[in-house]
Amino acid sequence: MQSLTPLLLVITGLAVAGYFIAKSRAMKVAGGDIRTLVSLPRQHALNTVLSTSVPALAAILLISLYLRLTGGQGSWFFGFVVIGLAVTGFATSLIGIKQDRRARTLAERWILGLLIFASTIAIMTTVGIVFSMLFETYNFFGQYDWRNFFFSTTWSPNFRGNSDLGILPLLWGTLYISFIALAFAVPIGLFAAIYLSEYAGPRMRSVAKPAIEVLAGIPTIVYGLFALFIVGPALRDYFAEPMGLGQSASSVMTAGLVMGIMLIPFVSSLSDDIINAVPQSMRDGSLGLGATKSETIRQVVIPAALPGVIGAVLLAASRAIGETMIVVLGAGAAARLSLNPFEAMTTVTVKIVSQLTGDTDFASPETLVAFALGLTLFVITLGLNVFALFIVRRYREQYE
Amino acid sequence: MQDNKITARNVQVYYGDNQAIKDVNVDIADKTVTAFIGPSGCGKSTFLRCLNRMNDTIDICRVEGDIRIDGEDIYDPKVDPVQLRAKVGMVFQKPNPFPKSIYDNVAYGPKIHGLARNKAELDEIVEKSLRKAALWNEAKDRLAAPGTGLSGGQQQRLCIARAIATSPEVLLMDEPCSALDPIATAQVEELIDELRQSFSVVIVTHSMQQAARVSQKTAFFHLGNLVEYDETDKIFTNPEDPRTESYISGRIG
Repeated sequence: MQSLTPLLLVITGLAVAGYFIAKSRAMKVAGGDIRTLVSLPRQHALNTVLSTSVPALAAILLISLYLRLTGGQGSWFFGFVVIGLAVTGFATSLIGIKQDRRARTLAERWILGLLIFASTIAIMTTVGIVFSMLFETYNFFGQYDWRNFFFSTTWSPNFRGNSDLGILPLLWGTLYISFIALAFAVPIGLFAAIYLSEYAGPRMRSVAKPAIEVLAGIPTIVYGLFALFIVGPALRDYFAEPMGLGQSASSVMTAGLVMGIMLIPFVSSLSDDIINAVPQSMRDGSLGLGATKSETIRQVVIPAALPGVIGAVLLAASRAIGETMIVVLGAGAAARLSLNPFEAMTTVTVKIVSQLTGDTDFASPETLVAFALGLTLFVITLGLNVFALFIVRRYREQYE
Repeated sequence: MQDNKITARNVQVYYGDNQAIKDVNVDIADKTVTAFIGPSGCGKSTFLRCLNRMNDTIDICRVEGDIRIDGEDIYDPKVDPVQLRAKVGMVFQKPNPFPKSIYDNVAYGPKIHGLARNKAELDEIVEKSLRKAALWNEAKDRLAAPGTGLSGGQQQRLCIARAIATSPEVLLMDEPCSALDPIATAQVEELIDELRQSFSVVIVTHSMQQAARVSQKTAFFHLGNLVEYDETDKIFTNPEDPRTESYISGRIG
């Protein structure tokens, strides 16, 4: 397609013109008394605007996608189709304005179409991303043996060739750091949420809740600095060295702890909303049976809120898995398989960044491996989500 | 004349600056169904919730006066409201089964209070409570199914079973049938009549027919005052106070 701008201008122009023409035409048909119309003038106008623009815009999008996929060149023909659609919609909706025309229902149908169109874009984008990753991953495995990728325990890329590109050390680092982060964030976040929703008075709540949520607004690079300059050295001086576990300031523990702090507001504010949504009648029922407050929370409120709480935890988990900056600054960049939490390790995301920065050509396995890493990560988070859905459905406890 | 289970003297209840209950004196007999009737907002539910100190959970609520169960002042600082509520069970207006299985709903109270030494005893308590609540035949094959999957009437009977599983001495019911259809209401009313054998039952109701059907004693509340308290028959046939008469004949309320 030559350029989209004139097409979009034409469509917008038609739509705007259609709005006013439809309005005045409807007025004329009504003979000045809009009570004689089945649909109001502005509903006719809305119908005209939508039937002019929606099909034309959809066509632009589909044609662009088609051209992109086939690598074809745009031609006047496509522009002609788009304009044709717009003009057809414009004309038919205007000609159709009569007293008993149900423009209101027609506009409703266009709105439905618009909504479906919007959700299709969201889904298509996901599908597109997955396919592009699949494609590049396929290229990568054409140049590098998949067994080495998945089962080799060494990661030592070498841009002159002969690299060892085993994902295991990276995956281990990712899971280890995420685990520590969650082990830290989930109990603290959940307990904070329970305190806020069940025990804190309204004044305390109005101060504490925003204060916790401030944590969510801190850029991750700032957390990274915090890890690098404060948490890392402190952990080294007070824990790692005295216990003889190493001299590294960057460690899994550093990154995990700082990431945990970052995740607290996710867990707490989501859980807080969910706990608040548990009906008061549940609490009354339990208290009325002679349960104490904490028994009520443990045995009635939390089980009722559990599906939502699991959702919150998994959201935090996918944040943890995808986090990069804190790991770079907190855990270092050394790919290593080790159980010692005070040793430097690294994660999949960090390595994706380091493989794609600097002078790279996008055909060598050393860069293509980034797609394979990304796809693996995607599959893991997808698996996590599916698992979460399964858990939630299995243990869903409905209340009415 | 039966023994008095609950005696209340000069009870005042305030919500913040609002006085919701004014100077209520009432004696509630053991093994009797006592009905509280009156227009909405007259304080009958508030008074009911004083009897097991559920009002403690509302911050701005303040209770004054003297309420005794078996001669013991329940607002004495030495009394643990948690223990009290095990002794004075409560059934709420809307069925509120926990999001747990039918079995766990009934076993909840006994588990918390350690009433069963082993699983067999717990099973027995659950069965007995469900039988008493006339739910056993419908529920015995689906004890593991969620309590929320039952129909409205069954849910309310489950809540009653849950309340009687802790073997309380008094059962408070706050409009237990207002969310139920006539058939379920009839079942619950029948149940209330049977429960009278074992407990003292206090029921708040909006339905005067219901009060007349199930209760032996009736108290009429109006604007926070206890207007009249007497045998149910007397209240409905020959009330002393003109306000009671206008309410039961439908002129106020």
